[in-house]
Amino acid sequence: MVDLPLSDILVYLLTGARWTLLLSAIAFLGGGIGALLLLLLRYGRPRLGARFLHLYVELFQGTPLLLQLFLVFFGLPLIGIDVPPLAAAGLALTFYASAFLSEIWRGCIDAIPRGQWDASGALGLNFLTQMRDVILPQALRIAVPPTVGFLTQLVKATALASIVGFVELTKSGQIVSNATFQPLLIYGIVALIYFAMCYPLTFCARILERKLGQSR
Amino acid sequence: MGYQLDFGALAGYFGLFLQGLGVTLGLTAISASLGIALSIGGAATAGWGRRWARNVVLAYVELIRNTPFIIQMFFIFFGLPEIGLKLTALQAAVLAMTVNLTAYSIEILRAGIEAVAPGQREAGAALGIRPAEVFVFVVLPQAVANVYPALVSQIVMTMLESAVVSQIAVTDLTHVADLIQSRTYRAFETYFVITVVYLVLAVALRRLFALAGRRLFAGRAG
Repeated sequence: MVDLPLSDILVYLLTGARWTLLLSAIAFLGGGIGALLLLLLRYGRPRLGARFLHLYVELFQGTPLLLQLFLVFFGLPLIGIDVPPLAAAGLALTFYASAFLSEIWRGCIDAIPRGQWDASGALGLNFLTQMRDVILPQALRIAVPPTVGFLTQLVKATALASIVGFVELTKSGQIVSNATFQPLLIYGIVALIYFAMCYPLTFCARILERKLGQSR
Repeated sequence: MGYQLDFGALAGYFGLFLQGLGVTLGLTAISASLGIALSIGGAATAGWGRRWARNVVLAYVELIRNTPFIIQMFFIFFGLPEIGLKLTALQAAVLAMTVNLTAYSIEILRAGIEAVAPGQREAGAALGIRPAEVFVFVVLPQAVANVYPALVSQIVMTMLESAVVSQIAVTDLTHVADLIQSRTYRAFETYFVITVVYLVLAVALRRLFALAGRRLFAGRAG
């Protein structure tokens, strides 16, 4: 058992929290790009894309994130790629976020009236221009609140990276707790740090949603 | 020479696998029943309770919804013994899953209750039915019907998230996978098979609830 002053514990945990934020950012960026690619396929090649997207979403929303992490973590070395835990966790969370974000954004794109596609098509715009100049700007507006809401889920999801040995906030909590034998205090603080990261996002999502509701 | 996938190594562990499957399904069933029941009380309190009770429920919902499940579980399993509340791993898992699901399902039910037309409650009151009975027999069934799909996906998500309880050595499906892979050194194959099993479970659970929903809410539009 080690006696650590509270300030040292806090510094250690907050250092872990920085990695949680970094991992969340990687997963969000990767997931956003992945979701955009999936959606381009979905709307550019409707027949093939719709089926692929459906399968992809079903696969990643129908299996535990923990096992997705394990499969990436143990699977990559099999094909000769050795990656550190941060990269493995980042990749698994990217797949995971792509599934959720593409599902959210698809809903937003489908909410754009059919006439917008028809009108822009009639004006002779090709698919990419239609997407970029007509559909996405409108879809983006309604996509912001649920996307911010999903960020909360993503920050919480990064906690599982601790299981494959990445030292983020949860793992830091485990390490300190094992050293000081004060799990109640340590996990309490860890929970509060997560809350401090997630609650502002939840709050923003709610405000944005209300604003959107008023402007329509 | 590349790595050869070998699924045959897993064949001898069917009994162990069935046990894990039972634990995962049992955990899900218990925490889903408890969680839904508790959340009905929670949603009613959030809507009609005294001010302080309402605040307690809302604070609980926010606290749980903004922290990771694994931390809630660690807090319960490792933290609570410090204040004299020792739980077995299985008890801690049930408690953590219930606490987690209850918070989400309170939020879902609240939305469902809000969507019930106020006239329903007023009509009940005009007929002289007591408010509690109006809630149970008039508002609640309609509220549940409103948000049934959301409740179902929350239950499925709880089932999937229960994979994490393997981390406190509850012998669920994922823990069985951990055991098998440590004995066979076939980590990828083992986790792959178990992942497929979870996928089948999730799809089956969704289908089953959809079927039940169609019977339960027969006669309702949509």
